[in-house]
Formats: sequence, C-alpha cells, structure tokens
Amino acid sequence: MSAAPEHAPTMARLSLRDRIAPHMPVLLVPLLAIAGFLAIMNPASWLTLTVSGLAMGMMIFVMASGLTLVFGLMDVINFGHGAFVSVGAFVGISVLLALGHMTSAPSLFLNLGAILAAVTAAMLATGAMGWAFEKVIVAPVYGHHLKQILVTMGGLIVVEQLIIVFWGPEEIYFNRPETLKGAITFAGAAIEKYRLVAVAVGILVFVTMRWVLRRTKLGLIVRAGVENGEMVMAMGYNLRLVFVGVFLAGSALAGLGGVMWALYQEVITAHMGNHAMILIFIVVIIGGLGSVEGCFIGALLVGLMQNYIAFLEPKAALISNIALMVAILMWRPMGMIPVVKAK
Amino acid sequence: MIRTLLSGDTPRSLPLALILGGILICLALAPFLFPGVRTVDTAARICIFIVLVASYDLLLGYGGIVSFAHTMFFGIGAYGVALASSHMGRGFDAIAVGAVTGALAAAALAFVIGLFSLRVRAIFFAMITLAVASAVAVLVSQLSGLTGGEDGLTFKTPRALGPAFKFGKEAFDGRLFGVKLNGKLLAYYFVFFGSFCLFLLMLRVVNSPFGRVLQAIRENDFRAESIGYRVVYYRVAATCLSAAIAALAGSLYAIWLRYVGPDTVLSMELMIDILLMVVIGGMGTLYGAVIGAVLFVMAQNYLQNLMGAAAELTSGLPVLPQLLNADRWLLWLGVLFILSVYFFPTGIVGRLRNTR
Repeated sequence: MSAAPEHAPTMARLSLRDRIAPHMPVLLVPLLAIAGFLAIMNPASWLTLTVSGLAMGMMIFVMASGLTLVFGLMDVINFGHGAFVSVGAFVGISVLLALGHMTSAPSLFLNLGAILAAVTAAMLATGAMGWAFEKVIVAPVYGHHLKQILVTMGGLIVVEQLIIVFWGPEEIYFNRPETLKGAITFAGAAIEKYRLVAVAVGILVFVTMRWVLRRTKLGLIVRAGVENGEMVMAMGYNLRLVFVGVFLAGSALAGLGGVMWALYQEVITAHMGNHAMILIFIVVIIGGLGSVEGCFIGALLVGLMQNYIAFLEPKAALISNIALMVAILMWRPMGMIPVVKAK
Repeated sequence: MIRTLLSGDTPRSLPLALILGGILICLALAPFLFPGVRTVDTAARICIFIVLVASYDLLLGYGGIVSFAHTMFFGIGAYGVALASSHMGRGFDAIAVGAVTGALAAAALAFVIGLFSLRVRAIFFAMITLAVASAVAVLVSQLSGLTGGEDGLTFKTPRALGPAFKFGKEAFDGRLFGVKLNGKLLAYYFVFFGSFCLFLLMLRVVNSPFGRVLQAIRENDFRAESIGYRVVYYRVAATCLSAAIAALAGSLYAIWLRYVGPDTVLSMELMIDILLMVVIGGMGTLYGAVIGAVLFVMAQNYLQNLMGAAAELTSGLPVLPQLLNADRWLLWLGVLFILSVYFFPTGIVGRLRNTR
C-alpha cells in the first residue's frame, strides 16, 4: 500500500493585470502626470502646471471630503455643501481684512498668524452652521433622497441670499498676505508659494483624516457605520451623535476649503460655493460616493486634468472634467473606489 | 368629451376645477381681457412656463428623479429655433426645423446622460446633470461665433408673427373688441395653442400605462423591478420625453421673445425658479405645474414691487430693509420652498384635493 501522494496545492499565480487592478486608481495620478508631460513637452511649464494642478486638487479634496463622508455614513446627500464653502470664505476673508496690519507686514510669522486666525474663525463659523443645518434642515428628511436634494438646495439658496444681505452683492477683491505673494523658481519653473502651502495643507488634512479613520476607535465606529449602520447601533453606539459630529467636521473642512479657495482666487462672491459644488460633485462621483481615498485621488485627477487642458486648449477645460467623469464611469460605474455596503 | 381630452385625469376638487377653469379662460382670452404689452407678455410667459414646469414634473413628480439640466434642454430648444432662423432666414420652415432638431438633440443628450447615471443610482443623475448643465452654459457663452456669447442672438420670426403684420382690415376694420389684429396677436395664440397641445399630450402620457409604471417606480423601484419592469428603461425614457418637451417649450419661448441669450434660457436661476414652481404648485400632478407657474410668474412681476414698498416703509430699522429689498425675494422663496417640502409635499393642488 503506497502512501498517499504528498499534498502540494498550487495557487494559480495572479496575472499581472489582476495584481495591478486594485491599485489602478492610485496609479492613475502618475499616469495622468506622465501623459501631461508627453503632451506639453516642456519640463518647466509642466512642473508649474503639475504643482498648480495638485494644489487645486488638494483644495477640492478639502472641500469635498465632508460631503463624501456624510453620504457614506448616513446616506445623506447634501446639495447645500457649497453654502459652507461660501460662508467659510466670507468669514475667513473678513477676519483677514480686519487683521490688515498683520497680513501686510513682511513677516512670515505674523502672516501665518493672521491666516490661522482666519481659518479658525471660518471653521468655527461653518462648524456651528453645519450643526444648525443638520438639526434644522437635514434631520427631518432622513432616508428620503428626493426630499434631501430639494431641501438642501433650498438651504443653499437661503444661505447664498443671506450672504448677500450681510456682505452685499459685490465681489470682494483682496490681496494675499505679503510673504505668500510671488513665486519661487525651481528647475527653471516658477511655482507660486501659495500653491505649495495649499499642497501641504491638503496632504496634512488627508493624512490626519486617514489616521483618524484607520487608527482610532472613533474612526472604527465611523467606518463600521458606513458599512452597516444598524449593526453598530445594535452594539450600543449612538450613531446619530457620531453622524452629527461627522457632519460638523465636514462642514468645518468645507469652511477651511473655502478660505483656501478664496486665497487662491483672491476674490470672493456669494456664488463661489455654487461654482465649487460642480467640481466637488465631479470629484465625489468619480471617487465613489462615500470613499475618502477615492475622493482624494479624484480631486488630484480633476485638478491636474483641468490645469493641463487649460494650458493646451483653454476652452475645453470644463468639458475635460466631464469627459474624465464619463470615462471613469464607463470603466467603473460606481466610481473608482466604490463603497461596499453590507445590506 | 372633456374627460377624454384630459385623459381621465380630472381635477377631482371643485375649487381646483374653478381655479384651473379661470386660468384657462384668462389665458385663452388674455389679449382681449387685459390689453397691454406687459400683461400679454406675462400671459405668454405663463403659458410657456406651464409647459416647462409640467415637463419637469413628469420627471420629478412622476419619475422621482431630480434633474438640474432642465434649463439646458429648454435652452437647446430655444437656441435650435434661433440658429435655424438666423441661418435659414425667416419662415415657418426654419422654426419647424429648429424646433424638431432642438427636441431631438435634447432627447439624445438626455439619453446619454440618463444611460450613464441612472443605471447606477438615481441620485447620480442629480449631480451629473448639475455638472453637465453648468459646463454647457459656460460653453454657450464661450462659443460666441456660433451662439452670440453673452449677448445672445436676435433673430427674425416669420412676418405673420410680427407686430408689423396686419389682417382683417375689410371684415373688422383691423380691430376686434378694440384689440388691434396684428401679428403679435397671432404669435400669442401660436404660443397659447402650442402650450395647450403640449400640456394635453403630457396629460395623456402620465395617465397611460407608461405613466403608471413610472409612478410605481417612484414609489418602490425595487418592487417594480421584481414585477418585471426594467426600471432603467422607463427612467431613461421619461428623461428623454421630458427633455424633448422642455426643448419644445424653449422653442416657443424663443419664438415669442425673438431673442435667446444664456441669461434668459440657460441660467441656474431659471432652474431654481422651475424647482420652486413645481414644489409650490404640487409634485406628482400636472395641475400643480399650472398653479405653480401662474403664481410664480405673477409673484415675480408684482410681488417685487410690494417688497420694495415694504423695504421703504422699514427703512429706519437695521437689517430689515435689506431683508425686504426687492432683490432679496429669492431668499423668501427659498424659505417658502423648504417649508413647503416639509409641510406640504403635495403642494397647493394636494391641499385643495384633500379639503373636499
């Protein structure tokens, strides 16, 4: 009687394509940057455009992250998110204008102090507003998408009009703080200083957010809530409270994004949130509704795409984002990193 | 006979029937009852907006889909007529070609957008239409060679629809009940009967088996799918139909104004106006569109004066005059909008039908 043949299972090796597929969204950003380089063929302008594209992407990410998280957690779609962007910008810039002696001084320390004060004021204001918005406008229409869209749109109209009541209908022009004006030259490419700051802030927000979501207990509850809210509530956690907190944080981030966006444009209008909303929606859709990582990658793609196309063919810039969205939805109909719900 | 004309969808409430009848008579006889350039213009706007709002209700109230691209379809129809008329010369053939091309283009665009977004989930549609509509609005103002850019296009409609055209000189001495018989009158009735036919067509659609399936999908799409209806097909079909009718309404608007521009037919403000009209009038019934459009257009024309007067009265107080400023009327409409979504989701028509 011979011994049983030795058990030696062999796993079929995944093909290269299968191994790359999960990382594809992440790879898209460098791929797009390389494609941009090949299309532009001028290292100096390519570097300038790439940095400004990344800066723009980071700002869109900061504004959009709250929206995607709120949707993921509570299935609430907030069309009034743009209102927080506008309010953040108006509050922040008012503070900056009031601190004129600090922003006009050629001292980095004083300038950053003024910006910090502006950002804090803006985030406090939009955070408080987000809390009120959630209580008054969103809470009565949970679980009803159609009503959510209508009601939050109504909220956006009201807030936009209130901004006009308090700050007037005219555009407000202003200057960036002294030390953030101008550009530095690196490898023959002129890079605006402010854009580097924006990239740094964006990365900081992303890393912090990822850390909170992946490494803390609160993040665990939020992620579990996204996947299966009822189960988390059955475990005894007050998901409602967590959600209000997430909504508040998302609104505050939108406010921060609003200040950054305003400093980038150097002009604010009551409708700026409405315009930002268009980019935010594109980013959130291509990233996958509810996914923070997808939102980050989507924002970078949109920022880079917009800047490259604006350089190559200015009139096609806005259309290019729509084209990007269509292409990605053809590839992955739920967005790049779809959120899986356990239902 | 009336039942057949209304496709069996009667008002089902006496006050509502009286109001609707009153509106119909006023609109049908507007040039004779309220002679005056401004009032006839208001009446024509009401006719066109009734069709536009009803076509939006087809989507929102019956299909349960929120779209922010309805003005885009409206604009496609308007620009279709404008471009055809300015390239082919004045004439009814140009109008027909422009209107049909506009409606087909709108339906084709709606088909593409619908296929992309509705196959995944209905809320994608709201976001994607918002993005596409704003991109189209920017594109129209940038392609100034074709569309006239921000200035828009002024064009000539057929002679028979212009104020210079006179008729009935022998029979009525050029006047009927004191109203001059000219092309403007014909243009009004062109708009009126065009709108009337489109409205009856929509009533036919929503009361057909197709309309019933749409309502079923709105109530419970999962269940409709289980019964065997392909939800995506029905939703996309509703989107295309509503886009085509909106484009035809846009064509009527262009014929009436003899001008198109991004601000008049493509702006986001117009989209918000349409939303307000549907919700205030009543979602899920086409009569709501009638009531909403009439109330809104009247309010737009007359309420603003009232608010201006109120602002002057309170000019001594802080903040209040700014809140009551005539330009801020959108603020109050926004508040009204939120309140009506909460407390009267069926709008004015739903209220009237309940208090029998």
